[in-house]
Amino acid sequence: MVRDGRENTGQSIHSSRNLWSGFLFGLGIAAFVDETVFHQLLRWHHFYDKSTTEVGLISDGLFHAFSWFATIGGLFMFADLRRRNALRITRWWGGVLVGTGGFQLYDGTIQHKLMRIHQIRYVENVIIYDLIWNILAVLLIIIGLSLIFKTRNRQQPDKDDSHERQ
Amino acid sequence: MNGNNHVLHTDGTHLVGTMPQLLLALPFVLALFVYLIAAVVSSRRHKAWPLYRTVCWIFGILFAIIAVAGPVAERAHADFAAHMLGHLFLGMLAPLLMALAAPMTLLLRTLSVPRARGVSKLLRSRPSQLLTNPAVASFLNIGGLWLLYTTDLYALMNKSVLVHLLVHFHVFLAGYLFTVSMIYIDPNPHRTPFLYRAIVFVIALAGHGILSKYIYANPPDGVPAEQGRLGGMLMYYGGDVIDIVIIFILCLQWFRATRPRTRPVISQ
Repeated sequence: MVRDGRENTGQSIHSSRNLWSGFLFGLGIAAFVDETVFHQLLRWHHFYDKSTTEVGLISDGLFHAFSWFATIGGLFMFADLRRRNALRITRWWGGVLVGTGGFQLYDGTIQHKLMRIHQIRYVENVIIYDLIWNILAVLLIIIGLSLIFKTRNRQQPDKDDSHERQ
Repeated sequence: MNGNNHVLHTDGTHLVGTMPQLLLALPFVLALFVYLIAAVVSSRRHKAWPLYRTVCWIFGILFAIIAVAGPVAERAHADFAAHMLGHLFLGMLAPLLMALAAPMTLLLRTLSVPRARGVSKLLRSRPSQLLTNPAVASFLNIGGLWLLYTTDLYALMNKSVLVHLLVHFHVFLAGYLFTVSMIYIDPNPHRTPFLYRAIVFVIALAGHGILSKYIYANPPDGVPAEQGRLGGMLMYYGGDVIDIVIIFILCLQWFRATRPRTRPVISQ
């Protein structure tokens, strides 16, 4: 009985760690793409827009720092799951998509619009860019959530696997 | 060269004299020699001191000296971007390289046992515990930068030699404390949990990024807008590059510490 209890806790920790690892990595990679593609390559985003609010500056700073850490931390968690044979790749991808979409939606609604950090592009019909940006974000979140939902009941076979390995 | 002549720049600021440059560079030159002698002596007595650590130390010292003496340091007084490059070297890159050189480990294995005990007693002391606490070190590091760039301190630093010396020593020491409070290369008797260090690190990095953007929009008094923008971006991206190395080492140390150990069989 003691052993079963331990196995269950271990499995649920691994299950949520798969989600967290994916989520952190997804969030980080979204911020990374934002920085390299939209800031550096396309130069659509501005480094600092004079209409940015103070809270926008703080939110941007915290998010940037967190995502920088999350990319690397998420990958180390991924490596940790692999060496424990606990990686569940579909669930991990679910986390990645929710993280990516979550960052993009937060960036596209609260940071760009509410806090006015910067706009997607400095053109007249920015609303079209905003719509595409945020609809894509919602799609990513929905696909990610469905993957997480599909993999939620995998505990049973996993537990059996781990018993076989013992 | 022209330390006592008070040669004026076009914008009216004094060139930094030879004397402050020497005073700032001297401790680093001394540290280089002490480290090299210790590496040779201790390699004779024990197994060879790793070459890559010595190389890290040499480059760390080199970047610190570039920041405080020579062309970059001289330009820093008229050019804010050069100043920022110097501060990236002095406050981030040099401390990181020097922390990777494990100077305390080298010191402890070179000194005689009684003296080494004295040093390790010092490391275990309360003040040392306070200063190497990640939150305190971050506050000294990032707080000091906010003070420098958002008050009159920056203008004062360019006028007074004493303030110039104090600010530069502070930038280096706070940067070094910050680095060793986050990643453990040398023995650290006051270790803190990984998650705590991760959270403090993210807040410190955010404080650094926010200040960079603030400088971009509101450069310190006497700094032209264009230089302020360049300096702010240099601080932002340069800081990111160096911090990514610290994050990588911090996560790697977590990865090693949490490696799965063979689980004991539980008998019922």
